[in-house]
Amino acid sequence: MIARNFAYLQPDTKEQAAAFYQEFAEPFYYGGGSEIITMCRAGDIAPDAVIDLKRIPEANVLRLEGDALVIGGCVPLRAIGDSGLFPLLKLVCGRIADHTNQCRITLGGNLCGTIQYRETALALLLADALVVLFGPGGARAVSIHEAFDERMRLLHGEFVLQARIPAQALFLPYVHVKKTAGEKIDYPLVSLSALACGDGVRVALSGLLPYPFRSRAMEDALSNRSESRERRVQNAIQCLPAMPMADYQGSAEYRQFVLRQTLAAMMEVLNL
Amino acid sequence: MRRIEGKAIIELRVNGEARTVAVRPSDLLLDVLRNQLGLTGAKPGCKNGDCGACTVLMDGWPVKSCLVLAVEAEGHELLTVEGLEGKSPVQAAFVGHGAFQCGYCTPGFVMVCHAMLTHHPGAEELVMEEWLQSNLCRCTSYSEIRDAVRAVANAGKRE
Repeated sequence: MIARNFAYLQPDTKEQAAAFYQEFAEPFYYGGGSEIITMCRAGDIAPDAVIDLKRIPEANVLRLEGDALVIGGCVPLRAIGDSGLFPLLKLVCGRIADHTNQCRITLGGNLCGTIQYRETALALLLADALVVLFGPGGARAVSIHEAFDERMRLLHGEFVLQARIPAQALFLPYVHVKKTAGEKIDYPLVSLSALACGDGVRVALSGLLPYPFRSRAMEDALSNRSESRERRVQNAIQCLPAMPMADYQGSAEYRQFVLRQTLAAMMEVLNL
Repeated sequence: MRRIEGKAIIELRVNGEARTVAVRPSDLLLDVLRNQLGLTGAKPGCKNGDCGACTVLMDGWPVKSCLVLAVEAEGHELLTVEGLEGKSPVQAAFVGHGAFQCGYCTPGFVMVCHAMLTHHPGAEELVMEEWLQSNLCRCTSYSEIRDAVRAVANAGKRE
């Protein structure tokens, strides 16, 4: 039971959604709702309105359009996976929460939620995707690298309308590995996504630091074929932007150990 | 566009019937199914989206009804374990394989398995593993549950 009531708004258009947002003092955009409901029940948040975005047509798109794969912010992870249009993202989505929850969690919700792992960002960062954001100021299409810096950087009242993924990134050789401390369904110790691109590799990580990130310095180190694989992995680890997290799932040293093994396995799979 | 503030009358399509309920926007589907419609098959377990005891189907896909607002479900087809009317092959297989002990998690498992076998009639092991990881059984009847689902999936492969 959620003790404190709120208004429920279900706009048919993105413009209505943004207008609703401005009408309330503490509104929340609502996609799959898993996190909002959980936090409301726990009393961590007390919205006066939830704005359900699922009837906005542009937020439900999942198709190839010209030279890009377009995924609406309200498309559930299960549908993204089932489409098979972006195999790396399919794997990523398949390891977020469990299958039933994947039927509800949306791309936009995963990117913008408070749970720090936000693993769909890994695939978008590697693919140099664009995100289309919509808010009271209208629409803006920005690079994921600009929009996502440790977390989504949204202007007041904005939501993720779509992600646009360049078609050339969709079928590059890829790896996604999520290592957990125990159960398969759990938060990651290390979640690593990689795309092989030309002679090099793009790498993004979640679970290691309190935010997902893509590191060009690590990519350069891993792509330097003049060094042995072992040395490249070591150099990449030295390029980490901060010390790995330490929490109940694993110490910083253990996370670094897991990262080392995971990077070594990735190098082998991608034949780097 | 829909706007609901305070309490509202909504119509839910549950097990093929139109049912009218009075809800607040913050009311959870699980609570409305159980307390207003008397459909107590979906069980409150963790009420946090982890255990799957409250699983029902919405437009044929499993959802944890503790993580769905009742107002969101308007306009969608809901199916609870009562709607199977004991006729799902999954239910017969659970009985045949003794796939429960206390039975509290069983409706949730049955609904997930029913949905899985509807979408994947001859589901392979990997598909079963993915889908069944959504539910917990504290009596640890997992091997019997897997045997039951495997039996129905194997029958699906032969058809």
